[in-house]
Amino acid sequence: MGNENSSAVKLQKTEEKNLLDIKNLSVTYKSEDGLVYAVNDLNLSIGEQETLGFVGETGAGKTTTAMAIMGLLPVPPAKVTSGEIYFDGKDMLKISDKERRSILGEKISMIFQDPMTSLNPSMKVGDQIIEMIRLHKKVSKKEAFEEACQLLELVGIRRERVNDYPHQFSGGMKQRVVIAIALACRPKMIIADEPTTALDVTIQAQVMNLIKQLKEKFGTSMILITHDLGIVAEICDKVAIMYAGQVVEYADVVKIYNNPCHPYTKGLFNSIPKLDTEEEWLEEIHGLPPEPTERIEGCSFSPRCPNCMEICKHKKPDITYIDGEHYTRCFLYEKQQEEVKDSE
Amino acid sequence: MSNQAEKLVEINHLKKYFHVNKGLLHAVDDVSFYINKGETLGLVGESGCGKSTTGRTIIRLLEADSGEVIFHGENVLAFNQSQMHTFRQHVQMVFQDPYSSLNPRLSVFDLIAEPLTNIEEYQKDRKKLDARVRDLMDVVGLSRRLINAYPHELDGGRRQRVGIARALSVRPEFIVLDEPVSALDVCIQAQIINLLKRLQQDMGLTYLFISHDLSVVKHISSRIGVMYLGKIVELSDYKTIFANPTHPYTQALLSAIPIPKVGIERHQIILSGDVPSPVNLPGGCRFAGRCPYAQERCKTEDPELRDIGDHHYVACHLAEKK
Repeated sequence: MGNENSSAVKLQKTEEKNLLDIKNLSVTYKSEDGLVYAVNDLNLSIGEQETLGFVGETGAGKTTTAMAIMGLLPVPPAKVTSGEIYFDGKDMLKISDKERRSILGEKISMIFQDPMTSLNPSMKVGDQIIEMIRLHKKVSKKEAFEEACQLLELVGIRRERVNDYPHQFSGGMKQRVVIAIALACRPKMIIADEPTTALDVTIQAQVMNLIKQLKEKFGTSMILITHDLGIVAEICDKVAIMYAGQVVEYADVVKIYNNPCHPYTKGLFNSIPKLDTEEEWLEEIHGLPPEPTERIEGCSFSPRCPNCMEICKHKKPDITYIDGEHYTRCFLYEKQQEEVKDSE
Repeated sequence: MSNQAEKLVEINHLKKYFHVNKGLLHAVDDVSFYINKGETLGLVGESGCGKSTTGRTIIRLLEADSGEVIFHGENVLAFNQSQMHTFRQHVQMVFQDPYSSLNPRLSVFDLIAEPLTNIEEYQKDRKKLDARVRDLMDVVGLSRRLINAYPHELDGGRRQRVGIARALSVRPEFIVLDEPVSALDVCIQAQIINLLKRLQQDMGLTYLFISHDLSVVKHISSRIGVMYLGKIVELSDYKTIFANPTHPYTQALLSAIPIPKVGIERHQIILSGDVPSPVNLPGGCRFAGRCPYAQERCKTEDPELRDIGDHHYVACHLAEKK
């Protein structure tokens, strides 16, 4: 039965056009200590109007993946060693710089983590929005100015502030300006890299609410890179859990929260202090993530895994489908599925 | 029970103002609370609310403008230099950023041994110092092979363990923890929180835990104080704060926390506007400008922190007695 299900889903998948398809992406960095394996054989896809939560700890490769999509990796030291990234039918790794420049900002744009450093401090915010508009559209200065004012109002800033400089805005307001710039050309996809991490929690709620509204209004797809599983629950449709440069579990948001499968996902959920339940001790994942220069022979989570088996130490787990699109990379489930097959 | 508990630290009407270009910045404005022996008081609030300044003023890293800090019956703020020397062996601090709070040119051994060099018994006996440092590394869960490592070789969690070992080295009674887990990933955060709790149980430590993260504070604290613009607006045991938040700011703060669950229905209060600048504050309640329930009275009269029953303190005109 499980088989029928998954094949049905696969059929559906090919019919539905994905906006972004990442296939077998691997990225390395050259460093003094040797090669850093930042992203290892990563597969991911995002449909139109879909929001994907990209969750993992520091160094899991989230930002590297985003930078690879945007073509913003510093080469060298970074190097894409394998893989393809299809956005809207084009392989982002093969297109010319000129073509890429016409896509960035117009079709994909990015919201960075730190609004304090992602704006130009010596340029009026209005001019920074106008710059973006005039790069991609042939409009007069006056029209662009009017559009910039409208964009500011859209993100909840009074139009009188169009001639203010970034330092005159608070952190939350600056992030609104960054969002206005990102939305200037109505992109098909936004990559938001920890957009609210630098903000206070009440301001974070304001900004997340704004992002959610605008995303629905314009039907934009989004990759939300974050370490906060609370934010993911509020805004995302799909979730990919990253560990050591690989997606270890992928599912829609309901399944990931109600039925986390990979031991790392479980550990991640358990280590969050809960607001609604009492617990004396937090459950820990023991140890630390592997050094990025280290190549672990088997599953990269095996040294920390509470369910580690003999096979985990020697072989890398493949993708196992649990339920529809929900998959994980773990031998525990591979075995279970085989048993199910045998009994059938 | 908390009535009979011994008060270890008592803070009365603590004030700390800073002179800035635009006027007077009210960082800590008439803050009073106490911490019982062996308990953890959590202090939460957004950036700029004065929680860190409160922590630093209590242990005199900053000099208060007025007020009292009573520790074992004596006013710390009136201590002379030699009294401060002893006081600092009883009180320690762990800082937020383990990347900037450790001297990059000292090894782990030197970092942990540094506070001990002020104590006579360790000054003379190198072997004793050695043993004590190794001991401390075991206590905080640092592997001994790291004894000669430098901070840049350690990740955030291990650095914070070094910071904790430094604080523990002089066997303090009271530790001020200023955002000790904010810079860490959630899995490492869980490890450090568990470590802090275990140490508290084993050594009977008293903590002042400063954080912006209510879920972390809830997990570790026995009582919680919520700060807004230099004042405590609500103070109670952690269960009451979460089950029955009474100040509108506490309610908004709680509802703004994203909960890692799907399909839950809840009413989110989204505050409009930003936290106003703490420079040259207007009269009246400081929260009135953003408060959804503000009345005429709130704009002119500053509400006092009062007990509405069961040691639940709220600074709001609208809070009713239980």
